[in-house]
Amino acid sequence: MTVPLSYYLVLSAILFSLGVLAFVVKRNIITVFMSIELMLNAVNLSFVSFAAHWHRLSGQIFVFFVMVVAAAEAAVGLAIIIAVFRTRETLNIDRVNLLKL
Amino acid sequence: MHLGLFIAFAVICVAGAISLVAQRHPINSALSLIVVMGSLAVLYLLLGAEFVAAIQLIVYAGAIMVLFVFVIMLLNAGAEERTRGSRVAMALGVPGLIVVAGVLMYTLAGHTAAGQDQLAIGATYGPPVAIGRSLFREFLLPFEVTSILILIAIMGAVLLARYHAAPAPETRAIDPDEAGDLLQLAGTHGSAAGARERRRAEHRMREREVTR
Amino acid sequence: MPGFHRGDYLLALPMMLLTLFALGVLLIDLLLDRSSKVINAWAAFAGLAFSAAAVHNIQRAFADQAARGEPSSPFFAFSGTLMVDRFAVFFFYLFLAAAAITILMSVRYLEVEDEHHGEYYALILFSVVGMMCMAAGNDLILLFIGLELMAVSTYILVGFLRRDRRSNEAALKYLLLGAFSSGIFAYGLSLLYGLAGSTNLQQISMALGNAMAPGKARVVPAVALVTTAAGLFFKIAAVPFHQWAPDAYEGAPTSITGFMSVAGKASAWALLLRIFLFALGPMRPLYVPILVFVAIATMTGGNLAALTQSNVKRLFAYSSIAHVGYIMLGLIAGTAFLPNPDGIRGILVYLLVYTFMNLGVFGVIASLRRRDIIGDELDDLNGLFFKAPTEAVLMLTFLLSLAGIPPLAGFYGKYFIFLALIESGHYALATLAVIYVAVSAYYYLRVANAMFMRTAGDRVPVTISPGMWAGLAITGAATVVIGIYPEPFLRMVNWSMHVAQNPTVAQLLR
Repeated sequence: MTVPLSYYLVLSAILFSLGVLAFVVKRNIITVFMSIELMLNAVNLSFVSFAAHWHRLSGQIFVFFVMVVAAAEAAVGLAIIIAVFRTRETLNIDRVNLLKL
Repeated sequence: MHLGLFIAFAVICVAGAISLVAQRHPINSALSLIVVMGSLAVLYLLLGAEFVAAIQLIVYAGAIMVLFVFVIMLLNAGAEERTRGSRVAMALGVPGLIVVAGVLMYTLAGHTAAGQDQLAIGATYGPPVAIGRSLFREFLLPFEVTSILILIAIMGAVLLARYHAAPAPETRAIDPDEAGDLLQLAGTHGSAAGARERRRAEHRMREREVTR
Repeated sequence: MPGFHRGDYLLALPMMLLTLFALGVLLIDLLLDRSSKVINAWAAFAGLAFSAAAVHNIQRAFADQAARGEPSSPFFAFSGTLMVDRFAVFFFYLFLAAAAITILMSVRYLEVEDEHHGEYYALILFSVVGMMCMAAGNDLILLFIGLELMAVSTYILVGFLRRDRRSNEAALKYLLLGAFSSGIFAYGLSLLYGLAGSTNLQQISMALGNAMAPGKARVVPAVALVTTAAGLFFKIAAVPFHQWAPDAYEGAPTSITGFMSVAGKASAWALLLRIFLFALGPMRPLYVPILVFVAIATMTGGNLAALTQSNVKRLFAYSSIAHVGYIMLGLIAGTAFLPNPDGIRGILVYLLVYTFMNLGVFGVIASLRRRDIIGDELDDLNGLFFKAPTEAVLMLTFLLSLAGIPPLAGFYGKYFIFLALIESGHYALATLAVIYVAVSAYYYLRVANAMFMRTAGDRVPVTISPGMWAGLAITGAATVVIGIYPEPFLRMVNWSMHVAQNPTVAQLLR
């Protein structure tokens, strides 16, 4: 009994959409940032399942690079969040509004 | 067996993701995300990617999420407020999500490209040796560029979050909320001292209103 | 046998030199006291010069190739992940020039802001490395990692004024939307990988060619196209995805705003052209309608929003969005299956002249930043002509060039793009674009009006540092010279269009 590729892809699509939803809906900056991590995880699942499908390693390699990118963005992003928090004392994205959107 | 495991962990995964959206406290969202990552690691094992599964747990769930939890604790982030913006986002976001997810699922469910056979449970095709060889041969340049990326991430994190003792005088003339400025100057100090400073600043504000 | 060879070394040398010098800047920064930080700028400048010499070396290799009578073919390195063709060399020079001018314009600005650190210059050099990977990548992994290297260093640079709340906020918004768009882009890349089973652009192109054969379901390729394109549109700030640009441009240090708006934009365009022309070439019938929609929305949104801005940096942010719309028209021009060579030439010319004129504009704005004066409101430009006449005249030159007035450089970018549109029969689009160019003249002249017709609100003199003078002189001279005597620059663009190998692009050469 095997699982078709499309099952994995559908799961990846669901996770990705939930990540996009969380990005739009959540108001806490840190949670918004976590939703991006969820999106990247969905991307990784998609890569690994395609790699399994094609029996090629490059998909798995891409996953490592996505992880590095996620780590780098998390480090810089959390540092920016700390800097913003220092000057404003809020983590609500609607209150970070000196620049008009 | 394979299908059963897939369904079990896929359900856990989606439940974790929904919980990330539904939870109001960031720490709960972070823990939900760790659940998602853990179950994804199992799915990677099912797909035969053992090394990716290990790295997923060590780097993603282990390092990146610890960083998130750490920052949540450091900033003492409380439960999220419901604002008008969030309700608007909710009203637009949920139907939008359903449409996007529907389109993606519809197209991908039909995606049955000519492919190889699925792997049996326990079979792997990406041993660490092969991955290491691939990283250092075919993907040598991206791998080296990655080292620069990590360097600037470290440098940027230190640069941006570094504590600065003496805040510069506020030169932005256009700032409408003067109160915010005073609070901000106070807020740049540490937590306990910051609270004291802030109280003093608020006091000063009140005094000024009286004299006006 | 894959590995590291001499050829790899020569082709990667520009990036390696930049990295070395950036690391050097980080080290010597520790030895310098506050008053001698300008040495960092010189070191970074030297790094750019050495890197340019290395690029020149690659250019000579192309000349040798031509001298031997061989057809021009790109150089591959690192098992085909890096492809240096003439197109890439053109962008290498463009990035290096933009970074060099930015450094000239930065020194004084950072001193006034009291944030003069070596990291600033190192980050500029590192981001140029990322841009080079974006322009010369032949593999999704290298393109993605180059994009992220460029983006992450720009996030840090935008938030470089840590004590400024606007800078913080701009960095936060830029980072959140940038990371979000990277996520969408990566999802698109994963679907492309799934279609082709490879991360190599040529193989993806071949696989898509098969997938687009008549009679096949095109749904999955379409979804891959839409997600990839959405990620790229975020990066170039095209209209439904432009919200980050005005905020990031306004809050960033002015010198970085200039850098982002030219080098960041040019690199995003290099990436977009690589993906749209090389990998997604066979999908042209699908992506042209998307581009038409986005280009119209971008020109409309950018120009109309720019009309009402009172902050100069925000005004030029919207103006740069509008310019993205015009540039996009160059990709639309052509038949259903092939882009028009004049359109692609127009894009390259446009990016070249835009680099100089827009950097010039932001240089002038940066020089208005003095102690206690931010200098980025439109009113801060009042009476500039009476305070610093040369600078005001230079600013007027840049403004007229941005508006596309004939004797100046900006005219040629628009000329080729509109020419290509008319050649391929897109009369309606060309007309619309010309109307929007006329609209844009209004807000550029508003800035000119403030400089020449109004009296200054403050008496603080505008002093211009030697570095800033050099930067303004280079950008001003380039804007005028390209306008009056464009032949050498057009020859350079033609030379760089001898990209080949890929059938889609090879046909561009005819």
